[in-house]
Amino acid sequence: MSKGEISTEIILSAEGVSKSFGSVAVLFSVGFNLRKGEVHALIGENGAGKSTLMKILSGLHQPTSGTIKLDGQEVQLPPFGQAEDLGIVLIHQELNLAEQLTVEENVFLGREMVNGLLLNRKEMEQKVQSYLDELGADISPRDRICDLSIAEKQMVEIVKAMSRDARVLIMDEPTAVLTDAETQLLFKQIEKLKNSGVAIIFSSHKLAEIKRIADRVTVMRDGQWIATKQTEELSLDAMAQLMVGRELSKLYPPKNEVDVDAEVVLEVKNLYTDFVKNISFQLRKGQILGFSGLVGSGRTAVFEAICGLGEIQSGEVFLYGKKTQLNSVAQARDAGVAYLTKDRKEKGLLLNQQMQPNLTLLALPNFVKNFLMDDKAEQQATARGIRRFDIRARDPNITAGDMSGGNQQKLLLAKIMEIDPQIVIIDEPTRGIDVGTKQQIYSFIAALAADGMSVVVISSEMPEIIGICHEVVVMYNGKIQGILQGSEINESEIVRYASGLREAS
Amino acid sequence: MAEIDLNELSRKPKKSLLSRLDFKTLGPFIAMIVLFIFGYLINDAFINSGNLSNILTRSSFIGIIAVGATFVITAGGIDLSVGSMAAFISGIMILLMNELKTVMEPGLTIIFAGVAISIVLGIAAGFINGFLTTKGKIEAFIVTLGSMGIYRSLVTYSADGGTISLDRGVRKIYRPVYYEDLFGIPIPVLVFVAVAIVGYILLNKTVFGRHCFAIGSNENVAKYSAVNVDRTRIKTYILQGICVSIATIIYVPRLGSASAQTGTLWELEAIAAVIIGGTMLKGGYGRIWGTVMGALILTMIGNILNLTDLISNYLNGTVQGVIIVVAVYLQRGDWKKKK
Repeated sequence: MSKGEISTEIILSAEGVSKSFGSVAVLFSVGFNLRKGEVHALIGENGAGKSTLMKILSGLHQPTSGTIKLDGQEVQLPPFGQAEDLGIVLIHQELNLAEQLTVEENVFLGREMVNGLLLNRKEMEQKVQSYLDELGADISPRDRICDLSIAEKQMVEIVKAMSRDARVLIMDEPTAVLTDAETQLLFKQIEKLKNSGVAIIFSSHKLAEIKRIADRVTVMRDGQWIATKQTEELSLDAMAQLMVGRELSKLYPPKNEVDVDAEVVLEVKNLYTDFVKNISFQLRKGQILGFSGLVGSGRTAVFEAICGLGEIQSGEVFLYGKKTQLNSVAQARDAGVAYLTKDRKEKGLLLNQQMQPNLTLLALPNFVKNFLMDDKAEQQATARGIRRFDIRARDPNITAGDMSGGNQQKLLLAKIMEIDPQIVIIDEPTRGIDVGTKQQIYSFIAALAADGMSVVVISSEMPEIIGICHEVVVMYNGKIQGILQGSEINESEIVRYASGLREAS
Repeated sequence: MAEIDLNELSRKPKKSLLSRLDFKTLGPFIAMIVLFIFGYLINDAFINSGNLSNILTRSSFIGIIAVGATFVITAGGIDLSVGSMAAFISGIMILLMNELKTVMEPGLTIIFAGVAISIVLGIAAGFINGFLTTKGKIEAFIVTLGSMGIYRSLVTYSADGGTISLDRGVRKIYRPVYYEDLFGIPIPVLVFVAVAIVGYILLNKTVFGRHCFAIGSNENVAKYSAVNVDRTRIKTYILQGICVSIATIIYVPRLGSASAQTGTLWELEAIAAVIIGGTMLKGGYGRIWGTVMGALILTMIGNILNLTDLISNYLNGTVQGVIIVVAVYLQRGDWKKKK
């Protein structure tokens, strides 16, 4: 593969760009430049600021300070995707297509070609077809989006970008949801675009991919620019090192070891669902068990199935040594199993309601006296939850939607603690939360385990898995790839299992 | 009396809310007072006890149905079938009572049988609506649009295109349910007040009510919080069905007949009362006492137009329509400001 003839001509750059959302600063004076015809990878942990930087480079966010230059000219990129007219196209991680329209209709959406008053379908279809041919994509302009696979939808996004004569194509984790074969196909298409002079920014957690496709790599961490290097200069380990970087010791509470003979509270044997295969593991009393793996590797699916939120095809679940099947969240609750979703806004909290109804919702039967809601008990529980989890809200009547991510997460923790669970499953405990609150959440989790509860932490952030878990299950492609203990719990081991390079013997 | 009770109820949710929200909460109440004063200024006759009692009695049908609709809408659903359902239930009730009359003397037994069939039909109709929207996963709008058409045509069919009339003898016994007073208050008004109080307690003081709020706010969150979404939804439709049958039970003695015209547009008036009362059409927030105010406001508009020559009575719908749109606009503005 030739990585040769890249001009040094800089097409798009950010200089000293900072960004805050309200009082939360997420980018600190970041510098970034993109050369014509290069593939520039952007890497960093979750929350490092990659997506924010990408959105600023495509005009979806305006920087709080700093400048953006296009072709060496300082510009203010227009918002709402109008930067596409300047040839800068962002492909979102969660693609942005009208599901009921056809490929052709999507590609020309908002810029339809017309003959007088009528759509010029024929010409649009021909154009789309020629782009599809160019990419070697096996779909028809007349296919409906909802009938396509995710990889094919991504191709449609790329065609859309091509049809806009994109000079800069920004892709936010395009391979997260693709299979290996689909990723190969995507890379072929990226090569083609690159050879035609398009500059591409690309983010991914899969370091091996980056090694293969990228010309240069920029590493970000905690909203800061860390390094920009030629890909050849960086080994996979060096990339990981740059990404993690910081001292981890202070962020995490000390680990209490679990007794080897502690009671097994949850045991799963050969569990199969639509999404996962042959899952077996044990959780002991007082243990913090980590579930690591890439997004889409099936971690959430395992626990949704166990908690009665998904269907189990086969396999057995033992709770406190007894074979059990939980068919609903209510049953899970009554069995002392709490699942805290990663999707705070869509599945966790009633955003338009205040703290109290949110806090007591899961444990509502505990707040009934003589068939009526016991308002006083609810108020006491709310006060208790606020104290225990240090929920900070200026206004006690604030709606959940107006709270910060950190306070929302604390409210969710308080909510599930109302049922006095024995087993707590926390999915992405610190997603979108600042470092200070993260630290608090880690100490809450450690305290729960010290109190004899068993905790499962599902996380895509490797450092937190390493920092707080006693044992780590690594999943890949719906299967358990390995179970790590003690000194095996380190970044490079987890990466090897999580990326499918290594499998437990 | 009704006003005093409702005023009592309104005070409870008020105490923890911001002063800014108070206006919003009290909005329907203020609107009613304004209308009240307006009515008095236009025509003294408005305020005499006969007229006021008339307004309250007439509000009862829509009001009782709207209390049920408050649950459905709060939980994020909609029921368009209530008007035809009322007509259908009235028709079947009358047919059954007439049938019984042929085998027994007119008496309370016949009335009770009519009431019983009404409640059973209301529960069944509500269950069918609820079952199809939840288990059948069909949009509530579509399901209830369908059942609305079905019930309407069933009434027309049962009446053979005309009117089903209640047997004179039976009607004589049944008549007091609509026309009599108890402690000086018309019976329909008492029933309305009772339904509103029970509704208020159910919606604001029970687990079921809380679940309605949660489902209407976000169905997924509710599901992840151990709420049985389908069962709760079905219950709201059943509750709506029961409210329709209660309204029917006090409506039948009024005219003693049912026809294809019975209960036409009641669904819209009920929904309008709910919305004027401050319940959010998209769900997640509901207020029973607001709904009661909404029903009173709608009836008062018609009544005031009857008493004045200023605006033609034929424009009743226009005034109601304007008030609905204005009410919703004001609510939305308020929500925005809060953000």
